[in-house]
Amino acid sequence: MATVSMTVNGQAVSGEVEGRTLLVQFLRENLDLTGTHVGCDTSQCGACVVHVNGDSMKSCTMLALEAEGASVTTIEGLANGGEWHPMQQAFQDNHGLQCGFCTPGMVMSAIDLVNKNPNPDEATIREQLEGNICRCTGYHNIVKAVQQAAKTMGG
Amino acid sequence: MVENGIGASLARKEDVRFLTGKGNYTDDINRPGQTYAYLVRSPHAHATINSVDIAAAKTAPGVVGVFVGQDLLDDAVGGLICGASVTGKGGEVNKVPPRNVLTMDKARFVGDPIVVVIAETLAQAKDGAEMVAIDYTELPSTVSTSGADADGAPLLHEECPNNVALDWELGDKAAVDAAFASAAKTAEVELVNNRMVTNAMEPRAAVGEYNSGTDETTLYLTSQNPHVHRLVMSAFMNIAPEHKFRVVAPDVGGGFGSKIFTYNEEAICAWAAKKINRPVKWTSDRSEGFLSDAHGRDHVTKAEMAMDADGKFIGMRVTSQANMGAYLQVFSISIPTLFHGFLLAGQYTTPAIYLEMRCVMTNTAPVDAARGAGRPEATYLLERLVDVAAGVMGLDPAEIRRRNFIKADQMPYQTPVVQCYDSGDYDASLDKALANADYDGFSARQAEAKGRGKLRGIGLSSYIEACGVAPSAAVGSLGVGVGLWESAQVRFNPTGNVTVFTGTHSHGQGHETAFAQLVTERLGVPVENIDVVHGDTAKGQFGMGTYGSRSLAVGGIAIANACDKIVAKGKKIAAHTLEAAEDDIEFAEGSFTVAGTDKTMSIGEVAFTAYVPHNYPEGVEPGLDEIAFFDPLNFSFPAGAHVCEVEIDPDTGTLEIVKYTAVDDFGTLINPMIVEGQVHGGLAHGIGQALLEGCVYDDDSGQLVSGSFMDYCMPRADNLPSFDVDYAPTVPAHNSLGVKGCGEAGAIAAPPAVINAIVNALGIKHLDMPATPEVVWRAAQAAS
Ligand code: FES
Ligand code: FES
Repeated sequence: MATVSMTVNGQAVSGEVEGRTLLVQFLRENLDLTGTHVGCDTSQCGACVVHVNGDSMKSCTMLALEAEGASVTTIEGLANGGEWHPMQQAFQDNHGLQCGFCTPGMVMSAIDLVNKNPNPDEATIREQLEGNICRCTGYHNIVKAVQQAAKTMGG
Repeated sequence: MVENGIGASLARKEDVRFLTGKGNYTDDINRPGQTYAYLVRSPHAHATINSVDIAAAKTAPGVVGVFVGQDLLDDAVGGLICGASVTGKGGEVNKVPPRNVLTMDKARFVGDPIVVVIAETLAQAKDGAEMVAIDYTELPSTVSTSGADADGAPLLHEECPNNVALDWELGDKAAVDAAFASAAKTAEVELVNNRMVTNAMEPRAAVGEYNSGTDETTLYLTSQNPHVHRLVMSAFMNIAPEHKFRVVAPDVGGGFGSKIFTYNEEAICAWAAKKINRPVKWTSDRSEGFLSDAHGRDHVTKAEMAMDADGKFIGMRVTSQANMGAYLQVFSISIPTLFHGFLLAGQYTTPAIYLEMRCVMTNTAPVDAARGAGRPEATYLLERLVDVAAGVMGLDPAEIRRRNFIKADQMPYQTPVVQCYDSGDYDASLDKALANADYDGFSARQAEAKGRGKLRGIGLSSYIEACGVAPSAAVGSLGVGVGLWESAQVRFNPTGNVTVFTGTHSHGQGHETAFAQLVTERLGVPVENIDVVHGDTAKGQFGMGTYGSRSLAVGGIAIANACDKIVAKGKKIAAHTLEAAEDDIEFAEGSFTVAGTDKTMSIGEVAFTAYVPHNYPEGVEPGLDEIAFFDPLNFSFPAGAHVCEVEIDPDTGTLEIVKYTAVDDFGTLINPMIVEGQVHGGLAHGIGQALLEGCVYDDDSGQLVSGSFMDYCMPRADNLPSFDVDYAPTVPAHNSLGVKGCGEAGAIAAPPAVINAIVNALGIKHLDMPATPEVVWRAAQAAS
């Protein structure tokens, strides 16, 4: 066991982990931040995406110890007080989620996408979300949500 | 007009928790003192189990229990059941090979569970599992749908000679033979309906807990039907009596059929929690899910059509074989038979239809209902056959469909394969779809694409499905072991807000919103004052759950009927309070009014009066809380026309869906935004089957080749287009809400639309799904 410390959603946290503990396990099991999901064991589905130092990251591809000292944001940390992030609002407005399981990872990926491409066209959005699998929505409304959020985030 | 009632695209209530990380899925649940289960599974497709040595595992660090099949038998835990008995040729009912929760004699597919190791942590359970020693004698295996019944094929179960579980037939063979004998032209196609892995994004999971003080077992699990799970585990598996057994399906991350069934791991968690007197949790890895979730589809089929000189269908013959996997799951045998055969008329007047369906056992994961369940298989073969028939007749695919459509004025229409359609206007959906897709402009687009070296094709699919599952007497007479009614409870609290309990379950469909809209419409209570509760056997009355597009079509009517009972009782209370005759009380938009006066009482005031009955009508019970059970008289029959347009690069085989147009008849839409989302998701599923998804077992070793998201291609955002979704509703005769069901339509309609478009682009007769770039490239090379 080793101690790992990082900032999660603005709070300094630390915990005891094994060398093999993944960041996603640390978030879900040590910190009880169960909004971040695990949908696969091959780093394909994107349900586990969080932001590490501002970049989207599949938290199943990273050991907890690798995140030592990092600043991590999860879906739980997106809203500013009671006010949702524009991407959260856009997902609701456009019905960009159904069962909600892929949603946290999808939203976190989508925010990073817009941060890096403030005016994405449909093809860019689809290509950039290739690492996030959704079985429910057919992506149509996710694309619309990202387009809406790109406008509100820019404005 | 009630605000936020039927027809409003209201934003979903459930989104708030899902968008803020506050969802509560089974794997998010942790109970005090919880342990973790890990399954030791067979690495072989078919093997005799000579011995199982668990001694070392028992002493591994952190391990608190190691159990084999005999341990469950010693506690009188029953095996997993098949819930349908279908009568086949010669009056013979399907064979049901027995299945222990943990297999003991033989392993019959890769992933067949043999031992469970339970430990303080998941890592320790996995480490303990490494120390289990199982001695196998490998046996030859068969995974082939078409070859499992061949002479000399390895036998899975003594109970199923030649690996045949059922030989089923449907329809009038002599009439079909006569039609072929007199046909002017015939068409035929041989095709494979590819096996799919359902892959809801949330892996299956279960947490079992036992309270020795009350002798109560609680099981949290990923289920589409918690009451049915409890019933099966109580009645057939002896896990716990129903009244001492609480089953909770909290937020569930997609189901698509795969979470209907009772699985080994769920029973183990419930049983072992009592055995070790500590909570037991199991969460599937995705790899385990690929191995052990019920798969879908997997038919090998020959379909033939007999036509007169005008291209009218006069007879259809289908010979098919369905792969049931290694064991019969809960619905299993009913899917390729009842849910498939009964849809073979499609939208057409074909007077004589004959189906022979053989259901075979193979060394693969069990196959059962998956989004559409039997109806996609029927629609695929029929809509492919119709296009081949159009080619034989030299008719446009739209024209041959029109010539054979059941016309709107022929409704209700009795097909030759049991179903009696109550409503539909197939010409109307097709006309609208063709207009929306600019079908007439296709040849110009095709010519333009050709100039760029691309092959453009267009394909149609006119589908019908039987939803609103299902009239209990009808399915009972066919061998389904349950009634398929639904229940609802509408409870007013004294302060006038409402809790609605439904026996259906939402795992993405948005019931909490759509059902609240329905109650708003009926009772005038604002949606924000209505809570829809589902998924917990301790909270609501028994219900059958969600599958077969039944939640609104059956469960919605139960809710509406409970609302009607509320209004009926409310009228008595209002009449007494307002000093009027009950017959003079009118109810609208949340107010009881004495007709022709301004004397009125809100439903909230009525509810309060019902709970504080100081001045109250004689003979009326206090309280305002009504239950309704509803059993439908018929299935519902959603239908529609879809048009797919593709562009293919013949040099690489890559393909783009340039336009996808859907026109569906779902009857009345409660929340059009949700309905459209259901269509999108279904289309992605169907397009996934057509282009990307194929579950492959190795013929020699029986190993699952497509065992992860790296080998099994799920549809991703960049594989799909945006969709053009529209409606051409008709009014169903059998549904008082006018609704038909929408969740499966896309998965049913899309595969033939896509393949018809590809076949059209390449100018060939047929190619099998999934039409990957390699498949398309080979077909393009062969065609040119
Ligand atoms: S859990 Fe699937 S990518 Fe991380
Ligand atoms: S909303 Fe269910 S997987 Fe995306």
